[in-house]
Amino acid sequence: MSERTSNRIFDIVNITFVALFVLFCLAPFLHVIAVSLSSNRAITSGEVTIFPIEVNWDSYVQVFSDSAMIRSLGYTIYLTVATTLLSLLFTIAAAYPLTKGYLKGRKTFMVIIIITMFFSGGIIPEYLLMRDLSLLDSSWALILPGLVSPFNLIILISFFNNIPPSLEESAEIDGSSFLRTLTGIVLPLSMPVLATLALFYAVGRWNGFQDALMYINNPDLYPLQLKLFQMVQNNMVSELTQMEGANRTPLTPESLKAATVVFATVPILLVYPWLQKYFVSGVMLGAVKG
Amino acid sequence: MSKASYLKRYWQLYALLSLPLIYFFIFRYGPMYGVQIAFKDFNLFQGIGGSEWIGFDAFREVFNMREFYTALRNTFMLNFLDLLVSFPAPIILAIMLYEIKGVWFKKISQTILYIPHFISWVIIGGIVYQLFGNQSGMVNGVLESLGLNPIPFLTENNPWLVTYLFTGVWQSAGWGTILYLAALTGVNRELFEAAEVDGATRMKKIWYITLPSIKPTIVTLLILNLGKMVSIGFDRPYIIGNTAVREYSDVLSTFVYRVGLESGQYTLATVVGLFQAVVGLVFILGSNYISKKMTGNGII
Repeated sequence: MSERTSNRIFDIVNITFVALFVLFCLAPFLHVIAVSLSSNRAITSGEVTIFPIEVNWDSYVQVFSDSAMIRSLGYTIYLTVATTLLSLLFTIAAAYPLTKGYLKGRKTFMVIIIITMFFSGGIIPEYLLMRDLSLLDSSWALILPGLVSPFNLIILISFFNNIPPSLEESAEIDGSSFLRTLTGIVLPLSMPVLATLALFYAVGRWNGFQDALMYINNPDLYPLQLKLFQMVQNNMVSELTQMEGANRTPLTPESLKAATVVFATVPILLVYPWLQKYFVSGVMLGAVKG
Repeated sequence: MSKASYLKRYWQLYALLSLPLIYFFIFRYGPMYGVQIAFKDFNLFQGIGGSEWIGFDAFREVFNMREFYTALRNTFMLNFLDLLVSFPAPIILAIMLYEIKGVWFKKISQTILYIPHFISWVIIGGIVYQLFGNQSGMVNGVLESLGLNPIPFLTENNPWLVTYLFTGVWQSAGWGTILYLAALTGVNRELFEAAEVDGATRMKKIWYITLPSIKPTIVTLLILNLGKMVSIGFDRPYIIGNTAVREYSDVLSTFVYRVGLESGQYTLATVVGLFQAVVGLVFILGSNYISKKMTGNGII
């Protein structure tokens, strides 16, 4: 076999495998979309795989006419935007001073922050703190505890450190205050990394579940993930009880559940491709290094 | 420079820093102060300060609970199996992506492969149910139409374990390739040309050039992953797990939630949380130390 043919065979096999893996990543999404668009009859008879059968939009109509669902969506968007903005503000406020090597106390501050990456009080003391601060059942309980991620902070510090110091120095010689240098020079140069961090914070909040489960008891304040979890859990429970011969919980129709899953996923899928080229380099900045 | 003029010059920097520092003291160090309830007979009405000290009594009680050992075993078991299955996947995938010459195919593949990383476990749980449910799941539907018996993916221990591991690979394999692909951009292309002159095949080039060049990254990530053996996220085992498979799905984080917040045994749950935090700290510092010694890379 000549070298060219063996090379070509290698390429074909390789590309096939990658394509299969891509399909493996995509197929579950395709299935859920197909279920959300199919008729209940087709779903229960097990005909639906990755193409919708007997296409109808009923479950989407139902999701969008469910006022509790729409309110939950609006509330989650508000939470995500508020968390992202506040988190960025606090992360910038921490990162910029910490890049000034001459600042007294800088090392101590770094240690104070880094310790929290490796040790935490655990969920019970965290829960009691929220309770003592009377933050249970309020959106602040979902915004404040994770306000600054030390990991994201380190990404931002390494990015700031890579900005040529001469830019800032010349501004300072011209009499620019630190705040003006930060807002006028440093931040405009940092847009790619800020976009990355915004994505990380936003996705974290959008997907956040455990804190809502712990801190929120009022169904009117349930973020989307918690609402969704209840729908999924209902089905899990009924699946188990059916096995034991008793079906107590009402089933949510499969297509309605699938439509809700799609509904909660689409916002992320919309923002993420635009930010992809930034976050890839952002991850590498924060990655393991010597 | 005198203290006053130093502060006058740098006050803006300190003012900026004060915001996040207040945050860290209240929301990160505040709970650390609360850890003392592991040593107290905690009573909600008397609060942390007012409750009585009981020394290590609660620790003794926890170490006598069978469920605690089940949760501990499961934490190690799920992490270890995850490492076995999910760790090699991104390495293989990254090498395959690296070998692809077509730019657009590579880009589209990567974009799709990263997506599952951004999907919440709640949504993955919903998808898993749709795919693997006993009655209405797609996979069992397909098995049945082929005349095979359905598999209880979610309700029996061993099939559940496979489902759990499978979702891990699905969620993280693509995202994991980023670091390896970054390491591969540093490979000297001349090595490949030299190997070609010597008549090396593609597989040989992968084995003798590509793989060794990402070996430091592999070793570092492996050691650091070993350091995370006792820390386990809450969402994945809690959402994919259920009461039918609790013998396998109950891990330290879900155990703490169940004992503490569902049954209100704050002291016992804090003990388990503290145990996990301390053992986790030892593991992570240990693995970081080993990683630095062996490869010069670490996280601190």
